[in-house]
Amino acid sequence: MQVTLSHLTKKYPGRGKNAPDVYAVNNFDFVIPDGKLIGLLGPSGCGKSTTLNLISGLVKPTEGKIFFGDDDVTELPAENRGVGLVFQNYALYPHLTVLQNILFPLENLKGKNKLSKEAMLEKAHAAAKLVQIDELMERKPSELSGGQQQRVAIARALVKTPRVLLLDEPLSNLDARLRLQTREEIRRIQNETGITTVFVTHDQDEAMSISDLIVVMKDGVVHQIGEPQRVYDDPTNLFVAKFLGTPPICVFDGRISGGKVYIGESCVYEGGKNTEEKDVFVAIRPEGFVPCDDGEFVCNLSRVEVMGRDSSAICSHEKAISNPFRAIISTEDVINKAKGDVNFRIKPSKILVFDKKTEERIRL
Amino acid sequence: MENNNRKAWLYLLPAILFIGAFLVYPLIDVFIYSFEENFNFASGTSTGVGVGNYLHVLRDPYFLQALKNTFILVVITVPLSTVIALAISMGLNSIKALRNMFQTLYFLPYVTNTLAVGLVFMILFDCSEQSVGLVNSFLSLFGVQMVDFIDGPYAAKMFTLCLYTIWVVLPFKVLILTSALASVKKDYYNAAKVDGTSKWRTFRKITLPMISPMIFYLVVTGFIGAFKAYSDAVALFGTELNAAEMNTLVGYIYDKLYGAGGGFPSYASAAAIILFVIILTITCINLLVSKKHVHY
Amino acid sequence: MNKNIDFKRIERSAAIRKNVLKTVTYTMLAVWGIMVLLPFYWMLLSSVKSYAAYNSEYVPQFFTLSPTFENYVKAFTEVPLARYFLNTVIFTLATTAIMLVVIVPAAFAFARLNFKGKNLVFTLFLALMMIPNELVIITNYTTITNLELRNSFTGLILPSVMSVFYIYLLKENFAQIPDELYYAAKVDGTGDLKYLFKVMIPICKPTIVTVTILKVIECWNSYVWPRLITYDKNYYLVSNGIQEIRENGFGREDIPAMMAAVVVISIPLIILFLIFRKKIMAGVARGGTKG
Repeated sequence: MQVTLSHLTKKYPGRGKNAPDVYAVNNFDFVIPDGKLIGLLGPSGCGKSTTLNLISGLVKPTEGKIFFGDDDVTELPAENRGVGLVFQNYALYPHLTVLQNILFPLENLKGKNKLSKEAMLEKAHAAAKLVQIDELMERKPSELSGGQQQRVAIARALVKTPRVLLLDEPLSNLDARLRLQTREEIRRIQNETGITTVFVTHDQDEAMSISDLIVVMKDGVVHQIGEPQRVYDDPTNLFVAKFLGTPPICVFDGRISGGKVYIGESCVYEGGKNTEEKDVFVAIRPEGFVPCDDGEFVCNLSRVEVMGRDSSAICSHEKAISNPFRAIISTEDVINKAKGDVNFRIKPSKILVFDKKTEERIRL
Repeated sequence: MENNNRKAWLYLLPAILFIGAFLVYPLIDVFIYSFEENFNFASGTSTGVGVGNYLHVLRDPYFLQALKNTFILVVITVPLSTVIALAISMGLNSIKALRNMFQTLYFLPYVTNTLAVGLVFMILFDCSEQSVGLVNSFLSLFGVQMVDFIDGPYAAKMFTLCLYTIWVVLPFKVLILTSALASVKKDYYNAAKVDGTSKWRTFRKITLPMISPMIFYLVVTGFIGAFKAYSDAVALFGTELNAAEMNTLVGYIYDKLYGAGGGFPSYASAAAIILFVIILTITCINLLVSKKHVHY
Repeated sequence: MNKNIDFKRIERSAAIRKNVLKTVTYTMLAVWGIMVLLPFYWMLLSSVKSYAAYNSEYVPQFFTLSPTFENYVKAFTEVPLARYFLNTVIFTLATTAIMLVVIVPAAFAFARLNFKGKNLVFTLFLALMMIPNELVIITNYTTITNLELRNSFTGLILPSVMSVFYIYLLKENFAQIPDELYYAAKVDGTGDLKYLFKVMIPICKPTIVTVTILKVIECWNSYVWPRLITYDKNYYLVSNGIQEIRENGFGREDIPAMMAAVVVISIPLIILFLIFRKKIMAGVARGGTKG
């Protein structure tokens, strides 16, 4: 099912007398392709959950339209939209068993969609099998672990074969190991069912690892939409660049001049076609630092943390926006000292430059 | 969440109808009644508006008797029942064996019919020509003069009323205080013990302040409840409370409304409002006092 | 370690003190236990003594060797105890049922729905909880009298239905159910009413049971309103019935028969209490008061 969001806006009246309206979602325009897994990503309060609730019908938009396929569903109440929704805390009915929870949406079907008891049970068991909880059908939610509850919630959302599956921070209540496992699970289930899926998260790792497309939002506004790797490599503005990637991108005060990029006196990039002359933000991905004795960029090293696969150098620089920052160094390029000045060469593909005022990307 | 005005009011409608008809309307009406002088119940007419009903009530010896009885009852039973309840709850909290059984047992009076058990009390305290109640037989074992606690001297009757009232209100208070005491963290007691604090001091300095909000709650509700005493008195002394000199304020209201001296809703209304004002005043005083003494 | 301290002695005296305290505590608790039980024992005992035996004891005996059930037979034949009993059952069931039908939707509206003036109405409801019954009963009495509903179940039941406090109690409980459950049900295709019945009520069953039991106790023991509104014995409830029996029934002397009647009307609630002991005590602790 292709989902089209057209100029979607949701505003709430501001608190207080003359407070301006608050835009939870502002002019969201996006076509979710059929059968894809979309990650809605952003810091808390950015409007991603509101977007999800707009799609589910729990919240009515102030302006704009929502289409499922060719059907305009903007005015359709949540009851009749046929979406599956998984909540952050799962929202399982505590008084019902796992089986009864999964059957619940089916029992609501009316008219020609009404199923026989056998058909319902068959569907419920199929959904349970898909999420591998068919052993737990007679338990109550309180007798399940967090991961199991999560699976039940997904089964309940899937059982009525929804037109769209929505997941609201589905992994945030799980511990780290389970989170990794469950996100692969979600990917697998989505692949198997082919249901268009939208999921909301504030964890960029999570979004990048399983989404076909990610949507980065802030303050109700969409900042960038694209394939995860593309958004990471080619962010449109400083916010997106900072939001994606762990450890975060390192930002410095710098200058562009004659196609060269300077941080302080050191030239970290040359050969650009852009001939503007101005002060800019220079952002460098942590993996863009290569230790090199004749490197132009000199930082003060305070510590090296070994993480096995690679190590991270904790450095500071007078031009950095926030000190200290982390540079990721492969284990082959060992820094042979614990402290003091270190010279780096900067990989050209890992340098991004942004306008000081608008924070928009400046192409080099 | 979206607004669903019409649906919400529909859900509320039955409740609003009941509350309007039997709570809000009567509340307004009782004030009107109380100021309508010489209201005639049959014709529904009155001769004017004034405080005549209040003056009549305040001059009525039966009212003054009821006022006196109620005050004595309040002054005796509220503090006494609270202290006894506290002692029992402390006892309950300090034991393990039989605790559940005692708790269940103590709660029993709460679920029994006040009128019915009152009858049993009457028989226990009785002393008439036909029979001598258990209490009097017990007293005579010690050579004490027999007293008719039901139909005898005023003090004896008041004693029975107070005792029965305490018997009736104690289950609630014990229940509340037991759960309040149980919710005080054991750590505080252990800390006090390690510091070598004496039992009495622990009680004064730790237990009492910790449960003071609940005690205060019990005192407030206790006052209100005792001022509204009525069925306990009827249970012991019968419906002719004026004749028994044992009427209470609430009893007076009902007697004015219906019964031997009844048919005067205006007097009943005036008396009800006087009662309400008394309760309100006492509750306000309670609140003021509590600000000084209730911790938290 | 100071040699002068005799630990054995301190230990022993502490043990003695503990035992004394324990004895005192248990004695006190037992004394009050007897005080509570005595009236119940006495009514049971007296109810199985024959009239002759009871009257021949100038000083009452603590047991009887020849228990008899003749008083129970008398209680059901000489006075309309069965009628009172039946009336009370009808009154209690009807009042409680109507109350539930009224308060559950109201509590749902306050807890779950959004509407204009919700806070104002709810505050008004709360304020009404403070109003003593005595203040409104006078007008209710005239209302029912004017409607010529005295000596009728309608007149008995209608003004007894409302309990603002229970709306409050239930609303608080409903409000504890997480919003997500409501949204989940909505997305699953459930309307408001169905959600109330299939999710909220089952989850809040304990509170609803508590409210029901408290209301049943209140109804079963209610005395003032029935007394005002009924003067025809055919509509008496047990409380009025027992008062009637005492004043005009068997005559003041036939105490065993009276006690049999008292036992009969006390037993239903005692059974109810013993079954739902935990629920009732928890419910009352959460805010019930007598009456």
